[in-house]
Amino acid sequence: MSNLYIELTNFTEWLLGLVAALLDWTKLGFLSDFGEWLQTAPVVDFVSTLLVAVIFLITAMMFGLCFIWQERKFLGRFMDRRGTQVGFLGFFQNFADGIKVILKEHIVPKDSDHRLFEMAIFAYLASTFMLFGCIPFSDNFYVIDVDLAVLLGVAIFAFGPFSILIGGWSSNNKFTLIGGMRAAAQLIALEIPLLLCIVSVVVITGDLSFVGIVTWQEENIWLIVPLCIGALTFFIAAVGESERIPFDLPEAEAELVEGWATEYGDVRWGLQMASDYFRAYILCGLFTMLFLGGWAGPEFIWAEAWYLTKVFIVFFFFIWVRAATVRIRTDQILKLGWRRLLPMAVINLLIAVALKVTGVF
Amino acid sequence: MPTDEMWINMGPQHPFNHGLWNLRVKLKGETITQAEPIIGYLHRGWEKMVENRNYTQIVPLADRLCYGSSLSWNHLYCLTAEKLFGVEAPDRAKYIRVVALELQRITSHLLWLMAIGTDLGSYTIMTWTIRERELFLDLLCKLSGARMTYNYCRIGGVRNDIPENFGRDVEAALVEFEKRLRDLESLMDENEPYLMRTVGIGKMDGPTAMNLGLTGPIMRASGVEMDLRRQDPYEVYEDMDFEVCTHTDGDVYARYRVRMDEMRESVKIVRQALAEMPAGPIRVKVPRCPPKGNAVCRVEDPRGESLMYMVSDGSEKPYRLKVRSPNFVNLSAAPPMLIGFKISDVPAIMGVLDMCIGETDR
Repeated sequence: MSNLYIELTNFTEWLLGLVAALLDWTKLGFLSDFGEWLQTAPVVDFVSTLLVAVIFLITAMMFGLCFIWQERKFLGRFMDRRGTQVGFLGFFQNFADGIKVILKEHIVPKDSDHRLFEMAIFAYLASTFMLFGCIPFSDNFYVIDVDLAVLLGVAIFAFGPFSILIGGWSSNNKFTLIGGMRAAAQLIALEIPLLLCIVSVVVITGDLSFVGIVTWQEENIWLIVPLCIGALTFFIAAVGESERIPFDLPEAEAELVEGWATEYGDVRWGLQMASDYFRAYILCGLFTMLFLGGWAGPEFIWAEAWYLTKVFIVFFFFIWVRAATVRIRTDQILKLGWRRLLPMAVINLLIAVALKVTGVF
Repeated sequence: MPTDEMWINMGPQHPFNHGLWNLRVKLKGETITQAEPIIGYLHRGWEKMVENRNYTQIVPLADRLCYGSSLSWNHLYCLTAEKLFGVEAPDRAKYIRVVALELQRITSHLLWLMAIGTDLGSYTIMTWTIRERELFLDLLCKLSGARMTYNYCRIGGVRNDIPENFGRDVEAALVEFEKRLRDLESLMDENEPYLMRTVGIGKMDGPTAMNLGLTGPIMRASGVEMDLRRQDPYEVYEDMDFEVCTHTDGDVYARYRVRMDEMRESVKIVRQALAEMPAGPIRVKVPRCPPKGNAVCRVEDPRGESLMYMVSDGSEKPYRLKVRSPNFVNLSAAPPMLIGFKISDVPAIMGVLDMCIGETDR
């Protein structure tokens, strides 16, 4: 299978060539010049990048939405019920929900900080959508492949709690305020073990791009084997970072109604809810990429299919954790993050360094 | 850094309060420094309403006191009225009542367990519990024809005899239930997050609980052996062999354990009552108007001690009917339980009280 970029660049060249030919046919000088300009390298690059981004975003969003379906169905089975039944195997539930939230009225609380209130949710969504671009499906299907892709992804991810805090504050509601504070505290407490686990992977592979990390794992060994402690730490921290039970404190609906998103209604709420799943998808993708060898696998199916299969399997464990546990308290999460996960991550880092220094890898 | 304390209104519409009531808590950070339950949103004037109904008409109204365990209220009313009328239900009716009451206790406790599940964020507990509750709702439906407001007891007996093969169906349900109760326990007692949320939370020692007038499982969890089925037996409870479940810790986990153990004891009582049930009539005739006088009766509701005090002026309507609701008293103990704990503990502490606003506000 050829590269998504090459395919789409060829397609763009053909498309722009067609447009230029049409413009040339008018025999108007300035239009012909415009057609000439359309075929220059920067324009072709720009249009093809845009096409890649759009195609990638839609693909990733579709799989993100499949996560909602997967959770509904699997959670249903865990709970001895059937899960959603709307449409074929319940696949239309998301569409029904989507139409519902789009048709809702947009309500802004009277005493809220209107501009920040509107901005915060879009900042949250924007950071989520940007993250999609950082996670490649395979070495042929990606948006960006920079040398520091891992760092870039983590940096964008850390932007989320910031917008949650602003959203919680600007809603002018005590529940959202507490929810926002909790989100900030929790994400910081879990971010550090998460980062240390990533560092251990980087130490062993010596590469900061996902393609490099996966290539290393293809050539050597899946990193979950030498770094099993790190994988476990990363998994727990990832469940916390995606704000799912047992760590869904920022939106603990029993005490905080809907947490920081209490005042958001209509499609903003819908997208916020969906973006929780998108973030979970991204974390599962990170786990797959860092520990499970990404798209590596026997070549009887596409690399992308391998990658997605692994992602869905990781998310199955997310769902399992959710079905089996209850929500724990903020102080317990912080305690867990600082006193348990952080030492585990450090030990894991030591193992990684030892493996590297002794020359095992 | 100096921080301001702030009041938070958790209610009247809030996911954690089952029913319509308001809990105002004052927070310092996330720690509760003051708490103030506010009730009365669901006041229907029940006690005044029944003064304009005759004794027969009150029977179905008594069902409406609590949606979670309507049969126990229905039974309490009939028991008090029997005292007032000076009649006694036949033996068979008494045994049938005990069976129905214990089935009701199990459904009520399962409803509470469901609520605790949602409060703590585990929908698995909720759905599993509802599944088990269905077994007993089916039985009660066979017995009385209804799933929620049974309207089953009558002054001087019960409405109808137990249906054919009821004993067999109950036994099948109980066997299944005991198996599933073990599943439920393994979901909670062996679950570290569940223990983290419940152990050591909402502590209350025995003397404090007694001073606050707590009753029922909350009281027994603080180490006080107080069960009216044992202390002040009614119907045929003195012939039944069962344990009064107590726990000494007085925290949320202890209250949870007491209720779980109670379900097992209820299973035992149902089996005994069905086995020893004598043949005979199920109802005696009672006059339309009771003699002048008053009667008081108390029973062990699933939530605690419920009491009815009835005054008759010799007419066909009661002159006064006073209800003591266990939850009304238990709720007033909320501030001492809550203060010092986090806002995240509010659902755990209040949820384990098994709030039912129908009987609290009446």
